[in-house]
Amino acid sequence: MTTLSRRHDFVLIFDVTNGNPNGDPDAGNLPRLDPETNHGLVTDVSLKRKIRNYVDLARTGEAGHHIYVQEGSILNEKHRQAYIALRPDDAKAKKDAKLNPKDDAEATALRDFMCQNFFDVRTFGAVMSTGINCGQVKGPVQMTFANSVEPVLPVEISITRMAATNEAEQKKRAEGAEESDTRTDNRTMGRKHIVPYGLYVAHGFISAKFAERTGFSEADLDLLFEALTNMFEHDRSAARGEMTTRKLIAFRHANALGNAPAHTLFDRVKIGRNVDGEFRALDDRGLGNLAPTRRFSDYTITIDHEGLPEGIDILELV
Amino acid sequence: MAYGIRLHVWGQHALFTRPELKVERVSYDVMTPSAARGVLEAVHWKPAIRWEIDRIHVLEPIRFQSIRRNEVGHKAPAGTIKRAMNRGDLEGVQLLVDEDRQQRASTVLVAPRYVIEAHFTLTARADVSDSEGKHLDIFNRRAARGQCFHQPCLGTREFAAHFELIEPGAALPARNPAAETADLGFGTPRDLGYMLWDIDHAAPGRPSLLFRAGLRDGVMEVPAPGSPEVKR
Repeated sequence: MTTLSRRHDFVLIFDVTNGNPNGDPDAGNLPRLDPETNHGLVTDVSLKRKIRNYVDLARTGEAGHHIYVQEGSILNEKHRQAYIALRPDDAKAKKDAKLNPKDDAEATALRDFMCQNFFDVRTFGAVMSTGINCGQVKGPVQMTFANSVEPVLPVEISITRMAATNEAEQKKRAEGAEESDTRTDNRTMGRKHIVPYGLYVAHGFISAKFAERTGFSEADLDLLFEALTNMFEHDRSAARGEMTTRKLIAFRHANALGNAPAHTLFDRVKIGRNVDGEFRALDDRGLGNLAPTRRFSDYTITIDHEGLPEGIDILELV
Repeated sequence: MAYGIRLHVWGQHALFTRPELKVERVSYDVMTPSAARGVLEAVHWKPAIRWEIDRIHVLEPIRFQSIRRNEVGHKAPAGTIKRAMNRGDLEGVQLLVDEDRQQRASTVLVAPRYVIEAHFTLTARADVSDSEGKHLDIFNRRAARGQCFHQPCLGTREFAAHFELIEPGAALPARNPAAETADLGFGTPRDLGYMLWDIDHAAPGRPSLLFRAGLRDGVMEVPAPGSPEVKR
């Protein structure tokens, strides 16, 4: 495995149709909103969760592709599988009652062990309570919040259910059955929050220098991009509606430190409204009379290849 | 300052967590000197040099937003990893996020923009090959090209920082006129109370060092290391 030697920055563009891309625990699971602009938000951790889930799904049990921060239940089983023999480490043989490693060397060994075995530790890093040495792994991949390109309007949908949750409720239902209409009495009302349509943009940064430290390789990068492309395909649920990765654009720098400021590269990806096949900037006053966007084809995405700084390659992965 | 640099940094959000409010994080009003040091170190740092922040210019109004996220309650226990290593089997090395859930709110800054003024000094680990000029050149070259060791961030890594070098002699970027209020110390200086200056990594127990921060006309002066303004 060759470790990544070039810096990358990427733009992930995804959309949601009639779903809730990321609920806000502070607002009764309403889709997250920037309260000042009404643009939708999806947190970095939400996207990272999906990447982890995809890698776990696609590489179950493969050496070096375990996932440390797991969503419980389903995934426990894979740990029962026998695992490759690890390098025997004599220094660690005597077991101490102490929880923290004795010295820096041991802390390093623990860190390396975690990086080698766990894709998410190698990619995003992890905090390990290894005492003296701080024990933090800073992963090479850093992601930001995703923002919707235009304000979104969350819609609350009331739904009904024809069953009871628990026995107590069931009993109550039985008692009340004679007096009233069973059908209406048994119904439970619920709520769903959806965004009719939203196009979201997230930025990501991959530091080749941190990749060196965690052993994040070129193959890992391919897997990361594969995960970003396919993660929504394996995250279907009643809440999400239809989510799709629409564009994944990576900027590859020729060296580890990079050849251009990330923000100038991100500015090259321009998203506008598609008006009869014509690109119109989103802040164009003339857009006011248009119907709200409801599909991806209402938008146009262009990438400015003009005057690209030396040493930058644009990879259009989706 | 002979070896001074000025870096313009901005981002969508920032979270400079107050140490006393870190379970449900609340940001300081202004970037802390230690966060500014982290931004500079993301661009260029060697053990031979130490960044010292001189002042921080605040260019946008101070505004907050609250964001609540699902987080994991625990760190990876080193003992478990050690046992797994000895055993050669990964059984039990995992965090089950569903069973270890903590919902935490963060009060973050919105659309912050700063200019960091700083300089560096050579440390005891500098050898003959290290000169001020060399490191200054490396920093200026990298910052001007947008190169960095890793993308700097404004407090936490999800809030990426964009940066731009302000060439020596060039004017500072214009402050948002809406920011010129008493909130930023225009008219009368504004006291920000005690703020984290940095963490003393050399001392046992890594104590926090604090200073009395204040804004005067949108600028926060940062005391020099070792000066009496830096409190333990």
